[in-house]
Amino acid sequence: MSRDVAVLGVGMHPWGKWGRHFTRYGVAAARAALADAGLDWRDVGLVVGADTVRGGYPGHVAGAAFAQALGWQGARVAGVYAACASGAQALDTARAHILAGLVDTALVVGADAAPKGFFAPAGGDRPDDPDWLRFRVLGATNPAYFGLYARRRMALHGDTPEDFARVKVKNAAAGAANPLARLRTPVTAAEVAASPVVADPLRLLDVCATSDGGAAVVLSGLDFAGAARRRTRCGSARSPPSPRSTRARCPTSRTSPPTPPSPPRPRSPPPDSGRPSSAPRTRRPASAPRTWTWTWTWRRCTTCRRRWSWTGTRTWACARRAGR
Amino acid sequence: MGRGGWRRDTVAETRGGGLVHAGPGGQRRLRLLGTRCRGCGAVFFPREDHACRNPACDGAEGDLEEVPLSPRGRVWSYTDARYRPPAPYVCDPSRPWEPYVLVAVELTAERMIVLGQAAPGTGVADLAVGMEVELVPGVLHEDAEHTWTTWNWPPVAGGR
Repeated sequence: MSRDVAVLGVGMHPWGKWGRHFTRYGVAAARAALADAGLDWRDVGLVVGADTVRGGYPGHVAGAAFAQALGWQGARVAGVYAACASGAQALDTARAHILAGLVDTALVVGADAAPKGFFAPAGGDRPDDPDWLRFRVLGATNPAYFGLYARRRMALHGDTPEDFARVKVKNAAAGAANPLARLRTPVTAAEVAASPVVADPLRLLDVCATSDGGAAVVLSGLDFAGAARRRTRCGSARSPPSPRSTRARCPTSRTSPPTPPSPPRPRSPPPDSGRPSSAPRTRRPASAPRTWTWTWTWRRCTTCRRRWSWTGTRTWACARRAGR
Repeated sequence: MGRGGWRRDTVAETRGGGLVHAGPGGQRRLRLLGTRCRGCGAVFFPREDHACRNPACDGAEGDLEEVPLSPRGRVWSYTDARYRPPAPYVCDPSRPWEPYVLVAVELTAERMIVLGQAAPGTGVADLAVGMEVELVPGVLHEDAEHTWTTWNWPPVAGGR
């Protein structure tokens, strides 16, 4: 039995410092993902929510918060909290439901409303909690731990601050190309080196910024995805066609290259090459029969940019040139 | 928080001495107090009093005894805090922030790494991975009524 699930759609709320409740970001991302999938919210069987706000009710029972914000429609609800791994754990939970056959479709939503500055524990005294003690007794913030690992790498493997700066330069270049990213300005290694130290040897530009935003994914089983694809292609989709649904109607709608088809044989000789009729024809030697040659290449659909199709280019050449 | 540091509040009722350990010959020197499982010998710091967390151990619940940790170790890594940490870190918010160095020390016998602040005035340039350090008492913060104590890991004098 396959352990794969299909990604029907994705959506994201821009990242920044907006100061709103985390459900605002999650709802925006969820609606974008549902539109991308061409799926109605009422057809979703499970919603899994992830939110990393600590303390109180961890994650604000994120799954139920998103289900309420999108509108109660009877879907199963699950919430996960795993700090920075919440999104991955939410995907895992949705995938397990689908593979278990409990639901056909799942909406996975993760959103954060991050505080300014260092992440800090919730109020109150918790001397039995090592994650509280490290702030109380040591002032060990999250960047401090990464500073310890960075210094250890420098001592053991010869890493340098210039090596670390290259990560930021690469990340900033990716952000500059993403209209939804928070930080969209390219950064040079010199700018990283000039930024103030936060936790030696890590500087301000080496450290992740804490941001507000949200992302969502629509997952389904492979059978449901195949049926959805066929419905979209023939135009008889259950839900009203979304702006993206037209892009699904590309020639093959495949998402991975299959084995190539057999090249068709031509029924008639190729047309004349266009030589002027007054030019003498050169006689083709009998030992060089004509033959068709098909060259097949994968091409990504230019509309949806996701699905692939075979494109054949037909040429004729003498058998000797064709290698036969 | 009461008189003394947090460790006194959590340990004083049982030991009365908090971090202070009576060594051989009646000497009193500072030692970090962890717990060790009587079944498998695994050591925990901060202390674990309920049940051994070694998955291979089949010891009974509560079969953990208090044990002082090694007073010396080697620097596993270090960093510093150039910006004021958030609450609940104990400090005076009205005074300008003075960075301190945070050290991760590897204890050989216990095969564990313990964090701690370096002695006041130590900079990252004064430390190196592999340097031998020893445990000494320190003060986290002091005001008119309370003193919050902690431990520091200065380099061993004359050592490397």
